Amino acid sequence: MTVLVSRETRVVVQGITGHQGTTHARQMREFGTAVVAGVTPGKGGSEIEGVPVYDAVREAVEATGANASCIFVPAPFAKDAAIEAIDSGIRLLVVVTEHIPFHDMLVMYHYGRSRGARIIGPNCPGIASPGNSKVGIIPNVVFRPGRVGVISRSGTLTYEIVSGLKDHGLGQSTCIGLGGDPVVGTSFVDALPLFEADPETDVLVMVGEIGGTAEEDGAEFIREHLTKPVVAYIAGRSAPEGKRMGHAGAIITRGRGTAQSKVAALENAGARVARFPYEIPDLVTEALKGPGRR
Amino acid sequence: MVKLAEWRGKELFRKYGIPLPRGHVARSADEAEAAVRSGAVPLPCVVKAQVLAGGRGKGGAVRFANTIEEVRESATAILALEFKGERVKELLLEEKLPIAKELYLSLALDRGARVPVLITSAQGGVEIESVDDASIDRQPVDPFPGLAAYEKRRAARMLGLTGAARAALDRLLDAVWTLYNREDAELVEINPLAIVGDGLVALDAKVIIEDDAAFRHPEYAEIRDDRTPLEEIAREKEIAFVQLDGNIGVIANGAGLTMATLDVLKEFGGRPGVFLDLGGTDDPKKVTEAFLLMAQARPRAVFLNIFGGVTKCDTVAKGLVEAMAQVPAGERFPLVARIRGNNEKEGVEILRHAGITSIPTLRESAQAAVAAAGGAP
Repeated sequence: MTVLVSRETRVVVQGITGHQGTTHARQMREFGTAVVAGVTPGKGGSEIEGVPVYDAVREAVEATGANASCIFVPAPFAKDAAIEAIDSGIRLLVVVTEHIPFHDMLVMYHYGRSRGARIIGPNCPGIASPGNSKVGIIPNVVFRPGRVGVISRSGTLTYEIVSGLKDHGLGQSTCIGLGGDPVVGTSFVDALPLFEADPETDVLVMVGEIGGTAEEDGAEFIREHLTKPVVAYIAGRSAPEGKRMGHAGAIITRGRGTAQSKVAALENAGARVARFPYEIPDLVTEALKGPGRR
Repeated sequence: MVKLAEWRGKELFRKYGIPLPRGHVARSADEAEAAVRSGAVPLPCVVKAQVLAGGRGKGGAVRFANTIEEVRESATAILALEFKGERVKELLLEEKLPIAKELYLSLALDRGARVPVLITSAQGGVEIESVDDASIDRQPVDPFPGLAAYEKRRAARMLGLTGAARAALDRLLDAVWTLYNREDAELVEINPLAIVGDGLVALDAKVIIEDDAAFRHPEYAEIRDDRTPLEEIAREKEIAFVQLDGNIGVIANGAGLTMATLDVLKEFGGRPGVFLDLGGTDDPKKVTEAFLLMAQARPRAVFLNIFGGVTKCDTVAKGLVEAMAQVPAGERFPLVARIRGNNEKEGVEILRHAGITSIPTLRESAQAAVAAAGGAP
């Protein structure tokens, strides 16, 4: 039992004939993922790295039993790619593509939700469970199997932190990179209960950033529902005040969204908050030794 | 994001049928006078600076004029202003209307709820943050059915509109909703939205267009936010580049890692001066370009902190060594490098050949970078 991906995960790579699609299809295979198909309209019938390529997702699903999609399709076409995957019965979509307009993502998210499909991303590194499966682009070298769950809004900072855990002998159960775009398919609040329910996970590491209120909402969920201990880190404490989204943005966030507000919310929820990435492994060790959060 | 000046926002409003005062854009006192003499703008009128910052009314950037002479006077005075750091280059002249009441209306994104939210208040004309929370209504709008009739009724109740004014609000809300979606807006804000007679008129317009949708909107390509010349070059090369006051140049990849790097440098007393986010690249040439751009900003020291994923360590090392060879001898600066992740061994080896040692931990490498820049103040 793992979070969202397992040895049963069969991946179709949408946009497999592009440079990133090809590279990461290979790396997913090296990780142990069953990459069963690729899709690029017009390139059906060919093969990439030994993976059969189809013109349409439905053909790929019918021929290979694919049940998850990893999307590398360029931003202007990503919405269509996601809708095609959802219409073809795929219920787990990892959207790696960056710079997708949030108006497109609103459609992808709400359409997916209406069909019971989960989207991770966009602009995200994806999900990986060492020893099981990886859907996305997190470098294989950072992982080792273990019992720490990681949920992060960042890309490379996730690699930094997971790698730091590994250097301290702390393996991971599942690691999810949610992506930092304004609209994401899966947020902290969506991911936290999956780890709470996962018997392979003993402790959670939550990596946030300034901006938005996803961390505050996550903290609220932790306070109300989580029994497992949480170690958190928020990047951007020293960042200069960024461009604000106008007055209406302030009305929606109501004073939340700063590093201070996020750290305070997480500490109030009983999380151990690291000031810097390199403090995380010691806090995880401490959390594992101590009693649970409750 | 592309913030549109009021007059550009109002051009969009006109396109979607949102009622506006009669108005005209002017770039000099002569043009302002001509706009009034031609009858394009009737007297009395309002003369408004076309700047992006808020608070124009209090800051002397909006003036009323009853005569041609006053129009010239106001135009001259406002065009001489530097408003919150922005030179005034354009004016919007508009007829002064008999306003019965000022309302607030905007459509924005609620990131947490993942829906657009319609924000209304009967207390318009002031900064919405200063309005009592109980007097502001936030109506989430599901993007699929779109703005529903009951949601419009609720907005009308909130704004206290009945009869003809309510019908006007219905039409206006449809227009705002369509504009928000078709133009890929992050924000459409009308403050104040004025009740004039039994109709509604948008007295101001704040529209922000999303950058990521630029491929659908070539018409905004000419509009630029204020950037330094180096920031402008970086934008063209798709490198995130920000200039601050400090003396350490930071090159990292990814927003989160860049922010974490700044946090750690500050902890050890360092002052990050320029930060540059390489993003995801597989091209050593882009790394070289980024590094040469950094060199032009003349940092005291540079801290390179890369975690290789899409951007591989050997790609970065190759680009870096190439750039170092191109920096003139008199402009060199100490470099502290830390490269981890995909193809780390190859990258570290390339750097070692060029006489650069990669320090593996974030803490030690950040301390070394602060020391290289002359230590903590």
